[in-house]
Amino acid sequence: MAFAAFGHGGGSASAAAPTKKSKVALFLLLPGLIYLGLFFMTPLISLIITSLEVPDGSGVMGSYAYGFAIENYAKVVTEFWPQISHSFGYALIATVGALFISYPLAYFIGVKARRFPLIQGLMLTLVIAPFFISFLLRTFAWKQIFSNESPAVHFLQQVGILGAHDYLVGTPFMVIFGLTYNFIPFMTLPLYSILERLDVRLLEASSDLYASPATTFRKVTLPLTAPGIISGTLLTFIPIAGDYVNASGDFLGGTKTAMIGNVVESRFLVLNDYPTASALSVLLMGVILLLVGFYAKRSGTEDLL
Amino acid sequence: MARLAQEFIARGADLELVGIRKEFPGFTAIENLDLHIPAGEFFALLGPSGCGKTTTLRLVAGLDEPTKGKILIGGKDVTATKPHQRPVNTVFQSYALFPHMSVLENVAFGLKQRKVEDPMTKASAALDLVELGHLAQRRPQQLSGGQQQRVALARALVNRPSLLLLDEPLGALDLKLRRQMQIELKAIQMEVGLTFLHVTHDQEEAMDMADTVAVMNKGRIEQMGSPEKLYDRPHTVFVSKFLGQSDLFVGEVVESNASSLSINVAGSKITVPKDRAEKHTGTIAVGVRPEKANFHESEPAPTSGVNLIGPGEIIDIRFTGVSNQYLIEIPGIGEITVFAQNVGKSPVTELGAKVWVSWKVEHSFGLADLPENSAAESLSEI
Repeated sequence: MAFAAFGHGGGSASAAAPTKKSKVALFLLLPGLIYLGLFFMTPLISLIITSLEVPDGSGVMGSYAYGFAIENYAKVVTEFWPQISHSFGYALIATVGALFISYPLAYFIGVKARRFPLIQGLMLTLVIAPFFISFLLRTFAWKQIFSNESPAVHFLQQVGILGAHDYLVGTPFMVIFGLTYNFIPFMTLPLYSILERLDVRLLEASSDLYASPATTFRKVTLPLTAPGIISGTLLTFIPIAGDYVNASGDFLGGTKTAMIGNVVESRFLVLNDYPTASALSVLLMGVILLLVGFYAKRSGTEDLL
Repeated sequence: MARLAQEFIARGADLELVGIRKEFPGFTAIENLDLHIPAGEFFALLGPSGCGKTTTLRLVAGLDEPTKGKILIGGKDVTATKPHQRPVNTVFQSYALFPHMSVLENVAFGLKQRKVEDPMTKASAALDLVELGHLAQRRPQQLSGGQQQRVALARALVNRPSLLLLDEPLGALDLKLRRQMQIELKAIQMEVGLTFLHVTHDQEEAMDMADTVAVMNKGRIEQMGSPEKLYDRPHTVFVSKFLGQSDLFVGEVVESNASSLSINVAGSKITVPKDRAEKHTGTIAVGVRPEKANFHESEPAPTSGVNLIGPGEIIDIRFTGVSNQYLIEIPGIGEITVFAQNVGKSPVTELGAKVWVSWKVEHSFGLADLPENSAAESLSEI
């Protein structure tokens, strides 16, 4: 009871118990909080400071002085507008693509295959199986499969889907393909976990109440599985927007497909242009936070975050 | 409210099942079912779990397809149609209320699908009918079991279906609420004049509410009729045991005249009127309801028109409030049950007392089949 007087002033007995527990919880949280403070907040603050730095005038590459150059942000937006639009455009298309591929797949595994646990287990394993091989290797494998001299590309050229001198690697299509492929499991698993709990008796009730299968899907299945769609799209969209592997020239992309991640990489590691790289990173983070916050608010699921 | 109820009247349609067979992988749920339910009737399908009654209901609703046979509603063959195309609504055992909609939206769902004018007003009126108008904006999860059940009922009734299917809708309620809902459901059915097909395993519920009861067993209808008739004159061992209790005696027909026949059970003669017996020759089972039998502490004089067996010993007495249930062991015949009203002294007699059991001949009934184990038993005794 003493704890109740201590803290929230909720006064009720039920409020006392959680308060008591929260002391212990706070203690247990400490390592995590310290970790976050050291390894998340520190680099973040350092990144923001770096993003505002100015050249120190010495002319030495990679040498900058503290400053407050807000114009760094304006500069990156104008200079890297194509890459910024690639990042969010590709992320949007790949997320929608992954949703359209994953939803039927998750529906089959979670609802239709319910009576066959063996098939269910097998299919889930197949969804997760790619994780056992490095993401880089798999992406590289796609590059091989669709390389300019590959049978696949030859075939596509022969049937006229590709022109005689058109190739796949380096095109936006290939980058979006790679992004979609790589992030499908992140979409499928949250969808599966909610579809697996979908009460099919509600679907029967809907059809009993004169709703056609399409209406039942729209009015019952979709709203009931919305939390899975939201967490799936967030888990896909956020990492895709910051991805730099698929769009990189070493993998599926080319110079025309660079995303923010590729610019950040080259500015940081090749050109030692730290303020620009930092400003881009902060900008990416800010925009994603805004988009996600707006999205979650629109879908009425703030408590998911 | 009364006007709304008026609109339902004479909307009920008759249901006809012709030669229905339903096979699932590995077993046959329904063997060969023919059934006709006249419009406006309260019809109960009664049976133990696994007897095929819920399958029958799902076939009528269109949620499952029959392997063979035809389903006609109001004379129209609906066998090939999908659930959403049938003029049928169901009150599900689980209620199956949509958790993402308010109570009112749940009730309006069917109306909206059929583009009925002014669905919200009609849904409100239906909620008033089940006295839940004040909870219209709540979510189903916030309601008690009884309230959810009534929402499910309103959601089905508001569509004015030709046929309302009830899949053990009262199963999850406690006894008191169940009694109350039984009375309300019956009142609504009488008021709106719909055809009700009620599936239940609760024999009291079926007898209490239905105009006609069909007792189902192992995918077949064993017997069908008014509750009074089924109780008074069961045709098979299963019906006699499932609908109430019965004392059964198995013996060979030894005497037969124009109006009655008698069987010999371990030396005692048990007589049954011919028009109350399904079989008139050979070894047959004759039964009596425990409340129609009496016991006597001294041997009564034989009277014509009365069956008398005994003496036996009272081996168990159960107090159930309004009556006592006496279990009497009679040598050569076995254990029989007798109910006696607690109108005077209770119990009427003590454990271990020597008693004779009697009942009027016209309360006996002869069955078409024999109890599974006692048939062999009594044969070996002869």
